[in-house]
Amino acid sequence: MGDKSMSLEDFAGTVESGMTIGIGGWGSRRKPMALVRQLLRAGVRDLTVVTFGGPDVGLLCAAGRVRKLVYGFVSLDSIALDPHFRSVREQGGVETAEYDEGMFVTGLRAAASRLSFLPTRAGLGSDVLTMNPDLVTIASPYADEEYVAMKALRLDVALVHVNRADRAGNAQYLGPDPYFDDLFAMAADRCYVSTERIVAPEDLLAAGPAQSLLISRLFVNGVIETPRGAHFTSCDPDYGRDEAFQAHYASAARDADAWRLFRKTFLDGDEQAYHQAVAEFHVNREGQEEGR
Amino acid sequence: MTEITRAEVCAAACADAWRGAGEVLAHTAGVLPSIGARLARLTTSPDLVLTDGEAYFMSDPPPLGRTAAEGGVVEGWVPYRRVFDIVAGGRRQSMMGASQIDRYGNQNISLIGDWRRPTRQLIGVRGAPGNTANHRTDYWVARHTPKVFVEKVDVVCGVGNDRARGTKGLRFHDLGVVITNLAVLDYGDDGRLRVRSLHPGVTADEVHANTGFALDASGAPETRLPDATELRLIREVVDPRGLRDREVSRGTRS
Repeated sequence: MGDKSMSLEDFAGTVESGMTIGIGGWGSRRKPMALVRQLLRAGVRDLTVVTFGGPDVGLLCAAGRVRKLVYGFVSLDSIALDPHFRSVREQGGVETAEYDEGMFVTGLRAAASRLSFLPTRAGLGSDVLTMNPDLVTIASPYADEEYVAMKALRLDVALVHVNRADRAGNAQYLGPDPYFDDLFAMAADRCYVSTERIVAPEDLLAAGPAQSLLISRLFVNGVIETPRGAHFTSCDPDYGRDEAFQAHYASAARDADAWRLFRKTFLDGDEQAYHQAVAEFHVNREGQEEGR
Repeated sequence: MTEITRAEVCAAACADAWRGAGEVLAHTAGVLPSIGARLARLTTSPDLVLTDGEAYFMSDPPPLGRTAAEGGVVEGWVPYRRVFDIVAGGRRQSMMGASQIDRYGNQNISLIGDWRRPTRQLIGVRGAPGNTANHRTDYWVARHTPKVFVEKVDVVCGVGNDRARGTKGLRFHDLGVVITNLAVLDYGDDGRLRVRSLHPGVTADEVHANTGFALDASGAPETRLPDATELRLIREVVDPRGLRDREVSRGTRS
């Protein structure tokens, strides 16, 4: 089996401006945030981002890297809306394709099966069809019925984050929900997996059953070991969402000066500097709470 | 027994939405719908299937607002991908919120203004189009105002009766009730909202004044009060922390 492990820097070189990138996870859960941060450092732009969006969308939009957003929703879970997303929408700053969540999954399934569309009832009669004028309905060849022909959401690159992986790209999730990460992987020409820990293949089953092996190396092109690489989103059971930091992110995102400071403090350095700054954020916060 | 609050009247009305639903998944968004589904499960609809809002079916639900990790008895695994399969299969009944709703039950939670450049971005269409295309959908409105009950919604997320009747393929479309802090609404044969009952202490004029389109509430009977068993379950079992009072003010007495 080939060794597909790579550095964050080498990963960034594989993504080009103008590409369509799918980002796994769900809202503010198990997002490949270290990969997203690396894309920010690398300076790729004009991206089409396809995602059940969380702060991945907010960070990329705030940095002006997104040309088009294709999403089922964008939410931080414990905070209903990402303020960067809200602001870019209200300024008309990005092209969008908003789908019903089930339609979005149908689009991924179509792409993963190399079909140009799949039929679904979801969306019929709703303004999802108005907001996406390229979507059409299709008559059933078997019954007097009509369905939405949901277009395949084919991706150039998929990015996902998992709890464990081996060097060949077999990826394991240990939390309660796989989300749609394997579908993202199969819907893409190339897939990059970041992981809390790279382990030997014979050690994969030490942490969870065979059913937790979510993505096969068949669909993986690169594996990047990034401890706490989903931060500040959750990566259960390794860690929960960093709610204090997420609240800090959201409040900074609502104010231009505060956002400049946030960017300088947390995003202008490398990944190690990010985690160092987050650790300092928590030390200062605890200090403030003790001093109260 | 202490005075019955408006929130408790709403909880019982929400529970009634699942009466006779059978063995289906109860999907809820908001505190009162969650209380209603649990109350229904403990009273009239013992076969109802509940989730923890995360990835599990719960035969004994964890405390309100908590996940399986914080208590309860897991009876199944239901990650998001399986939810969409269940929606498509129809074994589900949903009670969602509405930022806007019109006289035919078209519902909007996506945004206010033009979708290309909204004046206010809201939560997005989420699963509303799929819900209304596939199974019964009810709505819960915590604050009944003319801003919510509008002539025309800005984005049709949940599909209303007028559109459903004009759209081939929506054969599973099924709007049930709209429960608000003032009244229980349902739909007449013409597909339009009508007042089924007014909560105790609410006048027809109050509903009329708080609705942005003509809605005749005169002659509507009073919404039923929860009985002693239901009150005990609401207060001691389902919502002992009183989360219901945050969504519907305690000041509003029945």
